[in-house]
This record gives sequence, structure tokens and C-alpha cells, in this order.
Amino acid sequence: MESIILFAPLVGALIAGFGWRLTGIRGAQWITTGLLFLACAFSWIVFFTHGPETQHIQILRWIESGTLSTDWSIRLDRLTSIMLVVVTSVSSLVHLYSFGYMAHDDNFREGEESYKPRFFAYLSFFTFAMLMLVTADNLVQMFFGWEGVGVASYLLIGFYYRKPSANAAAIKAFVVNRVGDFGFALGIFGLFFLTDSIKFDDVFAAAPALAETQLTFLWTDWNAANLLAFLLFVGAMGKSAQFILHTWLPDAMEGPTPVSALIHAATMVTAGVFLVCRMSPLMEYAPQATAFITFLGASTAFFAATVGLVQNDIKRVIAYSTCSQLGYMFVAAGVGVYSVAMFHLFTHAFFKAMLFLGAGSVIHGMHHEQDMRNYGGLRKKLPYTFWAMMIGTLAITGVGIPLTTFGFAGFLSKDAVIESAFAGTNGGFAFWALVVAALFTSFYSWRLMFLTFYGKPRGNKHTHEHAHESPNVMLIPLGVLALGAIFSGMLWYNSFFGKEDTVRAWFGMEAVAHQDKGHGDDHAKADDHGDDHAKADDHGDAHTNEEHHGEGDSHAAEHSDPAHAAVAAAHHGEAPAGAIFMHPDNHVLHDAHYVPKWVKISPFVAMVLGFVVAYWFYIVNPKLPARLAENQRPLYLFLLNKWYVDEIYDFLFVQPSKALGRFLWKRGDGDVIDGSINGVAMGIIPFFTRLAGRFQSGYIFSYAFAMVIGIAVLITWMSITGGAQ
Amino acid sequence: MISADLNIILPEILLSVFAMVALLGAVYTEKDKLAPTLVWITAAVMAAMALWIGTSGSGTNEAFGGMFIDDGFARFAKVTILISAAAVLVMSQEYMQRRGILRFEYPMLIALAAVGMMMMVSAGDLMALYMGLELQSLSLYVVASLRRDSVKSTEAGLKYFVLGALSSGLLLYGASLTYGYAGTTLFSGIVQTATEGHLSLGMLFGLVFLASGLAFKVSAVPFHMWTPDVYEGAPTPITAFFATAPKMAAMALFARLMHDAFGQAVGDWSQVIALLSLLSMFLGAVAAIGQTNIKRLMAYSSIAHMGYALMGLAAGSALGVQALLIYMAIYVTMNVGTFAFILSMERDGAPVTDISGLHMLSKREPAKALAMLVLLFSLAGVPPLVGFFGKLYVLRAAYEAGLAWLAVAGVVASVIGAFYYLRIVFYMYFGEERDDAVEMRSSPVLYGLLMASAIIMVAGVVNLFGIEGAAAAAAATLVN
Amino acid sequence: MTVFAFYLFALSTIAGGLFTVISRNPVHSVLWLILAFLSSAGLFVLLGAEFVAMLLIIVYVGAVAVLFLFVVMMLDVDFAELKAEMAKYMPLALLIGVVILMQFSFAVGAWDASEQAESLRMAVTPEDRHNTEALGLLLYDQYFLLFQLAGLILLVAMIGAIVLTLRHRQDVKRQDVLAQMYRDPATAMELKDVKPGQGL
Repeated sequence: MESIILFAPLVGALIAGFGWRLTGIRGAQWITTGLLFLACAFSWIVFFTHGPETQHIQILRWIESGTLSTDWSIRLDRLTSIMLVVVTSVSSLVHLYSFGYMAHDDNFREGEESYKPRFFAYLSFFTFAMLMLVTADNLVQMFFGWEGVGVASYLLIGFYYRKPSANAAAIKAFVVNRVGDFGFALGIFGLFFLTDSIKFDDVFAAAPALAETQLTFLWTDWNAANLLAFLLFVGAMGKSAQFILHTWLPDAMEGPTPVSALIHAATMVTAGVFLVCRMSPLMEYAPQATAFITFLGASTAFFAATVGLVQNDIKRVIAYSTCSQLGYMFVAAGVGVYSVAMFHLFTHAFFKAMLFLGAGSVIHGMHHEQDMRNYGGLRKKLPYTFWAMMIGTLAITGVGIPLTTFGFAGFLSKDAVIESAFAGTNGGFAFWALVVAALFTSFYSWRLMFLTFYGKPRGNKHTHEHAHESPNVMLIPLGVLALGAIFSGMLWYNSFFGKEDTVRAWFGMEAVAHQDKGHGDDHAKADDHGDDHAKADDHGDAHTNEEHHGEGDSHAAEHSDPAHAAVAAAHHGEAPAGAIFMHPDNHVLHDAHYVPKWVKISPFVAMVLGFVVAYWFYIVNPKLPARLAENQRPLYLFLLNKWYVDEIYDFLFVQPSKALGRFLWKRGDGDVIDGSINGVAMGIIPFFTRLAGRFQSGYIFSYAFAMVIGIAVLITWMSITGGAQ
Repeated sequence: MISADLNIILPEILLSVFAMVALLGAVYTEKDKLAPTLVWITAAVMAAMALWIGTSGSGTNEAFGGMFIDDGFARFAKVTILISAAAVLVMSQEYMQRRGILRFEYPMLIALAAVGMMMMVSAGDLMALYMGLELQSLSLYVVASLRRDSVKSTEAGLKYFVLGALSSGLLLYGASLTYGYAGTTLFSGIVQTATEGHLSLGMLFGLVFLASGLAFKVSAVPFHMWTPDVYEGAPTPITAFFATAPKMAAMALFARLMHDAFGQAVGDWSQVIALLSLLSMFLGAVAAIGQTNIKRLMAYSSIAHMGYALMGLAAGSALGVQALLIYMAIYVTMNVGTFAFILSMERDGAPVTDISGLHMLSKREPAKALAMLVLLFSLAGVPPLVGFFGKLYVLRAAYEAGLAWLAVAGVVASVIGAFYYLRIVFYMYFGEERDDAVEMRSSPVLYGLLMASAIIMVAGVVNLFGIEGAAAAAAATLVN
Repeated sequence: MTVFAFYLFALSTIAGGLFTVISRNPVHSVLWLILAFLSSAGLFVLLGAEFVAMLLIIVYVGAVAVLFLFVVMMLDVDFAELKAEMAKYMPLALLIGVVILMQFSFAVGAWDASEQAESLRMAVTPEDRHNTEALGLLLYDQYFLLFQLAGLILLVAMIGAIVLTLRHRQDVKRQDVLAQMYRDPATAMELKDVKPGQGL
């Protein structure tokens, strides 16, 4: 079944890509979509039936070279099954959505160019590569999927290949990702160099040893675990558009909107978070690297949120929002609460995909107008889209009842991240950055809503008159995702961010006994949380969830070994059990439940504040934003131009590279290489050719003469060299 | 004693007896009308013989006091020779018949030439070497001028004969000098006297003259001058024959003489052969650029290829001999396919050899053009085709023997040489439409051989059809 | 005495070879060649190889040289022209010839046979047999293979000569000896009774 999940998209991609002339355009669309829904159904079955244990499903022998011996196999554990569900669900819904969205496209000549099968083939191919990535059982396999999604992303961003801006964006995405991939590749090389294996199990088993190894790199001694974790994170930075390597993500919005929803919101960009969680056994031994991850994640969350405040393109706002949310996930992973990172990833996939698809629906309805300044008052024209976007906004801003576990998906996961950040950094920079980012998030999300759906219609009148609600194929995915955006947080809260034992059990980790008796009260509080959660279950339609928990618990009971079993096992060269690994000394998850109350309320306060300000700015006093921008012009421009990062890069890297390239091209390639090659090829060799032709006179005696000369030369040589002996 | 000896040379005896019986039979019956049948029968006999030698022989057997050596090396060479000779025979039947030059003596001469070649590769004595060589050469002189009406064909035969006589003279002179030093003509005797650093100057001259005589046969520079003229003048099937079996035989003989008779003095001859190899590679590559006649072009191509094969010999090691054998086997296979292509080139029923006729062939004959493309790429040594691996082997052998400069030169020469192969590809695929285009005659035999050869070039990448192991075993029996 | 004879034969062999090459008249060349053959036969006699000496005289002088003579006389080749062409290369050729000659004088001057050469000899001349018998014993026993191969070479030469010369050209009248012989008056002649004064 896992193989079917993995290969169904590939089959679909191949059929649609190469065989659409046989199946017809319609057929290709249905086949890819059908296969994706099949994969999706199987993924949910796997998600609910597969326990916390790790399973390896071998597909074929893959690489056999020297000491490198690698299978191509599926690693099936909790992490994989979560990602399977996320990827296939969003992907199948996006496939369905694309029926409507891609029905007509002005970028292609209708009837002459069949862009639809190509689009669906790319989508399915992307899904396959993404599944390769998440099911990988070793680093090279993961890298394969990693690059595969990169290729698919490139193809899809540049899907409108007639638009120069789309091509530029595609190239930018590809090049920026190269920087990250370089780090990732170095990390893989380093791991292979030190552990002589690229299998996850072997690498994980060696992690404690790595922490005590020194490695010389760039003329400096480094701690191996820190260095490797950092290099891997560089890869994650590129793929997940973290600060410094984030510049490609907003530009990637040049691609069709379903692509943005699938790749640049829900799945591919979260690959970096997935990588960090997957490598958690290594990360746990790399304190400096994780500190850096925390710092960078928080910076990104803050930075992207500030930029999002002033953007006018609806998709770019959501893109920066994605960037910012990814920062949240990295903070959670950085402080060592990988389950929370995965939680936010999980919920974010639903509401962000929905926001994008909703935005796509708006764009579709508004005839490909993307500037929010030309929207307004669309509530009536696009009622379903409006409600979907509303739910998405409620989810992303984190609406819920404070101090309970009742709320939209984003409420639960984002609060979990912020609480973890507080616990992990003792209320440091990361925590404050995230809280401020939450405020900004709330502001720009509501700004988007107000500009789009409220107020008076602005911009082209004609467009507004013809604005129409999208067809059902586009609305159904919105509806399904809306369910996820509302309930996914409440349903799985306990699994991801419940009591530590529950979480450990759910992810198949060894149980750990805690001795922090001083927190007795808070323990009770945590139990309350659990009760609340039970209530939430009642509200949600969680029929399968119950048995799931039971299973997890019993599993945990089986594994109630001595406390430090995991470390001991690691020291004895065995990989720690479980999909993720939290060091027994890592109490952040535990502590996150006992943070002060004001910390727990702070994101809610930030959210409300953001909403109020947005309401004030865009409903009550719509003139105010323009005035503010006028007053604070430098700040406004600074934000509007995305902190001038692109300009700095252009100055620092792009222009020098171009100059160097031009120099090498004109001088190096053109003059030196072409010059010398042409000189040899067109001057010297033809000369010898003519010479050889002249000697070939056709007269026997000249031939014989050549032979005699040859003999004379040879024996002369012989008497000089041989006679000397 | 004599019966045991005869048993060892049984394949050679059977082939010559077959040739004589068939000759007599044809003379007294239908004469030339029987020729097509005889061609096929001869080819079948050769193929059967190859199968027999390839499967039955084992170990090293010496006959006639060491004059005839039947070992793994000889068997490898014989199988290659017989199979390629048989392939060329069946290729030539239709072509020659249509042009009225298919005489019944032709297959017999080829069979006798094959006997000569088998003697050559098994020679264990300077006299046996010379006898085999002359038997082969004389047959080749005759077939080269088989088309009596054509001045070019006659000229080719005559040139080949006169220069061949000169080279035989050189060879005999070298043999005399060697005999004068060693007191024996047996290789096994010579090798006892010829040890590194102890050779007198006269013996070294003998070595050089022997090498020159053989260099003529493999057409290594500067003893190559006959090659382009003879290749061009001789009827195309004969050219195909020249380019395949005799080259293998002469190369094998070269290796046997150097290793069996002078195996203790590798340093003395290695430099001579390295020089020949270097000159051949470069001249073959450079001179071929100026050619427009595909037969002449193939002549230079074979000169260059012999240079590479000699590189393996120059290494003077078992690996080198293995590389040489692999290279020659691949070379012969490629040439069979290429000449099958050339043989089917014609216009209005007359053979065409001008490469300008190949313009845009891919439009008219996609399958044949593709097969030729594969062969040309393989000849040029483009990876991953089989021809590349042949080159890789000799380069490695040369490098490991400390001849890194020669290996580098070989790479440079192969880059230059790639030009003229790729030019044909360019004509076939990107040329201009012209009215002097060739027609490709579709004959099942030619088509089959062309395709088979091309497919081998592609499919052989997997394991070279196990030829590596066979060549290694063969080389091990020669060099120890 | 033998020494004197050796030098006489040796010098006349060399002189014969030299003049074969340089004489202007081709017939003279062939005659010089015959001198060279005869002198080398004399050398063979001095070496005790009478049989080979006789073969040389009978085969080379008696057959080959005479054939050459016929060919030279029958073919109308302008040797002067060929020589003029070759004269262009003369200086270089002379230089190379001198170089090779010097090399060989070095080689021969410092000639030493291998120490094992004596023991490695394959066919030592027997004491008690005469030349022809010894040769026969070798040819039909030790060198049987080579003898047979020589036979094959001659066969190929014969086939080659026939293949290259025997052509049935349609446009030439040929003599059919058998047809001529089988003719008899009955088929060859027709008798007509011609009346006087009338004609046919």
C-alpha cells in the first residue's frame, strides 16, 4: 500500500506527461487526479492504522559502491505518515481545484496548446518527488526527492514560460535553492565521511559519538555534530525560505496559484522543517546549531511579518505570511520540541493551502487581478470564497479561547510554538519576536480580508461588475480544507503537544521519567488540558482518534524501559527508537506546559490587537494608512522593498557574478579558449593535413622512400639509445 | 610424433584441404557459376572452424619442435580472424556478383589467406612466421587486383605487391640479423639470448627490421603509405577484408614476436613501438581530415586505430596485450559494420564512395543513418559506446606501464580524429539537400551486419560480451 | 687460397649489385644481376653448400634472370624518365644510404653472437652426410610444416597468376584448340558440284 501511495503520482505524471495524446486532455486530468485521491485515501488509512513503530519497506537495491551500500526503501513511521497525509491531501485537493482554475488561461493559445496535461503531469511529478522526500530511508534518497521537488518547483514557477518575470522567478528559485542544497550536500558528505553510512538508522546511532568528534573544515576545528547539523540546516533554509535565503519565495508567486498553494505553502517549503525533525537525533546533540535555528526562525518570522504588512499583491501577502509561519516552525524545532514543529506544519498546511486557494478563487473571479488596492466589497460577489477566507484568517491569526484547547487549528499550534519558545529560551528573543510577529500576522491577515471583501469596490469597474463566484470544483477543496483549518488543531492537540509521555508514545520514543516535583500544581493544570482536550474530541468528529490514542498508550507501556534507555542504546550504536528523538535531558516540551499564564495569553492579546488596528485602519478610517505611509516614508519604503534584501544581493552577488561571467565569457572563453581551439583546429591541423596529403604522392618509390627513412630513423635512434647500454 | 603434431594443426590442415578440394571441384564443374555457393560454404566452414577452435582448444600445445604454438592467445586471434573473414565473405557475395568480379577463386584465396593468418598467430619460429605472412600476403596481393578492368584496382594490387616485397625484405633482413646473433630461429631459443641490456647492436637492428616488416602489415606510420591507395583502389569488399582479419593477424603476430622472442627485452622494443604508435595515431587523425572518399578515410582511420592498438603493445605488459586484443576485437567488429554500410552505398547501381553523397541521409534512411551514427561515435571513441572502452583499456595499459605521455597523446589524437567521424554524422543529420545523394541498397545481409554491429556497440557496454575475461586469459598465456 | 676466393666472390657480388642499380641500359642491369647471382653461388660453394649453389645457378640464373631479360626487352619502359624522377631524391637518398651504411658498419664491427648461440643451433651440418641428403632430411622431417607451407604459397601464386591473367574477353577472337582438332572434313567442308560456266 505504501508503494502504491508512492508510485501512483509517478504513474499519473508519466501518463499525463507522455501519454495524454492517447488519453485525451480530459483523461489525463482525471487519471492524475484519481490516482492522487487514491494515494490520499491510502495515506489516511496508513495514518490511522500504522502505529508509532518504525517500519522499513525495501523497494530495490540502489547504490552499491565501495563501502556505500544503500537500499531504496520507504521508512514508515509517525513522521512519515503525518507528511503522507499532508502531502497527498493537499495535492489531491489542488489537483481537483486546478480543473477549474486552469480551465482557461490567457497565457496560452486556447485550443492549440495543450498546457493542461503538462500542468497536471508537473503537479503529480511534484507530488511523487515530495513523497520520495518524506518516505526516504537514507540521506541520498532524501536528497533525490529534495532535488526532485526543486525541479518540479522550477517547472511550475516557470509554467507561464512566455512571461519573462515567471522565467526569472523560476531561475531565482532554482539558484537560491542551490545555495541551500550545497550546504545539504556538504552535510551528507560529512555524515558519510564520519559515519561511513547514509542510512538514517546508522547516522542516528552515531550521533552521540559525533557530538564528541572534532572536524576540521575551512581551516578551523568544529564540533562535528554542530557543524553537520548546521550544514543540513543550510539546506533546510534554502528550501524553507528562511531569512537570507528567503528571496525566492515571494517571486515564486509568479506560478499559477494552485502551485503556490501546493508547493509554496503546504508541502515543499515545509521540507526544511521536516528535515530538521527527521534529523532530530542529530540535532539533539548539536546545541549551538539548534540555537542558531531558533534565532534564525524567530528572525524570519519577525522579518517576513513586517514585510507582509505593506504588500499589495494578495499572493505576496500570503507568501510572506508563509515565510513567517515557517519561521515559527523552525523556532519550535530549534528549541527541541519537534512534535510542535510538526503540529504547526500540519495545521499550517490546511489553512495556508486554503488561503492560497481562496486567493486563487478571488483572482479567478477578478480576471487575474492580483492587486488588493483594486479589490473591495467582494463579500457579496464571492460569498463562499469569503467564508473560506474568513475561516483561513481565523485559523492563521489564532482565534480561540485562551487557556483552553478550544479554537481554530492555528490557535492551538501557534500557541504551542510560542509557549515552547518561551520555555526553550526562558523568555528570550525568540519568544518576543514570535509574539510581535503574531500581532503583525493578525494585522496583515485582517488587512487582506478588509481590503478584499469589505469597503467599496475600487479599481476597474468593469472587472468588478463581472466578478463571479468560482465553480464547484474550486469550492469543494476549499470546503474540505476549511474542515482541516477548523478541527485539525483540536483533534490532534494531545498527540503533538499533550503530556510529554503521550507525545513520546505517539512518536514511538522511549518513555522518560521526570523528576521535577516542584511543578506539582502545574501538573494538575496539564491534566486539565487533557480534559479539555477530551471535550474537544467530543466536539470534533474524532471517532478514529480514540482508538489511536489507546494504541499509542499501550505501546508506550511496552516500552517503559529504564529512563536512559535511549541514550544508552545510542551509545551502544543503535538508533534511538521513534520517529523523532528528544534527549532525556530535553524538558522543553514538559516545561512548555508550565509557562506563566501571561505567556499563554500573550499571542491572543497580540492577535486581538492586530485585529483592532486593522479594523481601525481599513474600516473605520481608511485614509489613515496612506497618511501613515506618508509620515513614515523611509520605514514604509524599507518594508515595501522587503528590507532591500534583493537589492543588497543584487549589489553583492548578482552584479559581481555577472561581471565575472561576462569577463570569462568574452575574454576567457571567447579569446583564450575559442581562440586557441580555433587556431589549432583551423590553422595548425589543416596545415598538417595538407602536408600529409602532399606526401601521399601516389608514386611507389616515394612510399618506399618513406619506409626507408623510417628504418633509418629507427636504427639511428636504436644505436644512440641501445648502443649506450 | 608426426601424428600428434598434425593433430594440433588440424584446423589449418582442414581449411587448406577444403580450399584445394573446392578449387578442384569448381574447376571441373561450373566454374564461376558456383562462386556464390562457394562463398557461403567457405564462410560457413570458417565460422564452424571458429566455433570449433573457440570451444575445443585448451592449454598450450606445441607442434613441430616449437614452430607452431597453439595457445589461448592464438585461439583468441584465430576466432576473431575466422569470424571476421566469414563476415566479410558473406558481405561481399552480392556486391561482387553484381559487378561481375565474383570468381570462384576468390573464396579460395580468402580461405588460404586465412590459413596463412592462422599460421602467423601460431608461429613459434621466424621461418614459420615468414611462411604464414607470405601465404597471407600473396593471397591479398591477388585479391587486391581482382578487378582487372579497373586501373585503380590493378594499381592497388601492384603497389601493395611491390611495397609488400620490400617489407618482406626488411623482415627477412631482420630475421637474418637475429639468427646471426641468437643462432636459432625459434622464438623460445631467441628469448634465451635476448635479455635486456645484453643485446648487441646488430641484434637491436634485427629487432628494428623485424618490427618494421610487421609495422608494414599493420600499416603503422611510417610504413603505412600503401594503405590509402590500396584501400581506395581495391574493390570495396576486399578493402573490408584488408581492414579486418589481416590487421588482427598481423597485430597478434606482432605481439607474439615481441613477447615470445624478445620478452626479456621489453625496454628495447617498447620505445620503438611507442614511437610507431604515436606517429600512427596522429597521422591517422590529421590526414583523414582531408579525405572525401570514405574508403580512403577508413584507411586513415585504420592507421589511427592501429596506433591505439600498438599503444597496448608498447605497454609491454599482460594488461597491454589484453588491451590490444580487446581493442582489435572491437575494431574488427566496428569495421565490419562500417563496411557493410559503405558496401550498400550506391547511385544508379554503381558504387559510390564520396562522403558528400551522405548529405541528409537521416531523412531517407533513418535506421541505417542511426546505425552508422552509432558506429562512427564508437570509432571516435565516444562514451558510453564500446569503442570507448577499447580506448580506455589501451590508455590504462599505457599509463600503468609508465607511458603516461603516450596516453595523453592518444587522447589528444582521438579528439582530433573525432572531427572526421563527426563530419560524416553532420552530413547525415544536418547536411544540405543535394542532388548527388546516394541511394542505399537494401540487402538483408548488409543490413543485418550493419545493425548487428551497431547493436553490439551499444549493448556491449554491459560487459563487452565477456571478451575481457577471454582476452585476459589469452594475454596471460603470452606474457608471463 | 680460400681467402682469396672469398674476397673475389664477395667483391664481384657487391660490384654486380651496384652496377645492376646504376647502369643505364636495363639489359646491362640484368647481366650485372646474373654476375651477382653467380658470385654468390661461388660463396655458397666456399661455405660447403654445393646444393644451394647449384640451385642458385639453375633457378635464378637459368630461369629468373632469363625471364627478367625477356621482360625487359619486351616491355617498352622509358627507364631514363624514371631515373630522372628518382634523381630528384638522389641527394637525400645518398645521405640516408650513407647513414644506414655507417650504422651497419658499427653493428658488424662490434658483432658478437650470443654465448648460447652455439648450443641453440637447430640444424647442425652433419659430418657424414653430403649436402643434398642432409637438406632432404631436414625438409621432410624437421621442417615438414614449412615445406608444406611453401607448397601452399606456390599454389596461391599459381592461382593468382591464372586469376589475374586468364580472362575471357568477348571482343577478342580466341583460338579453341580442341575445336580445331575435332574438326574433320565432313564438318569443315561442304562439297558443291559446280557446273562449268554457270557459277554458284
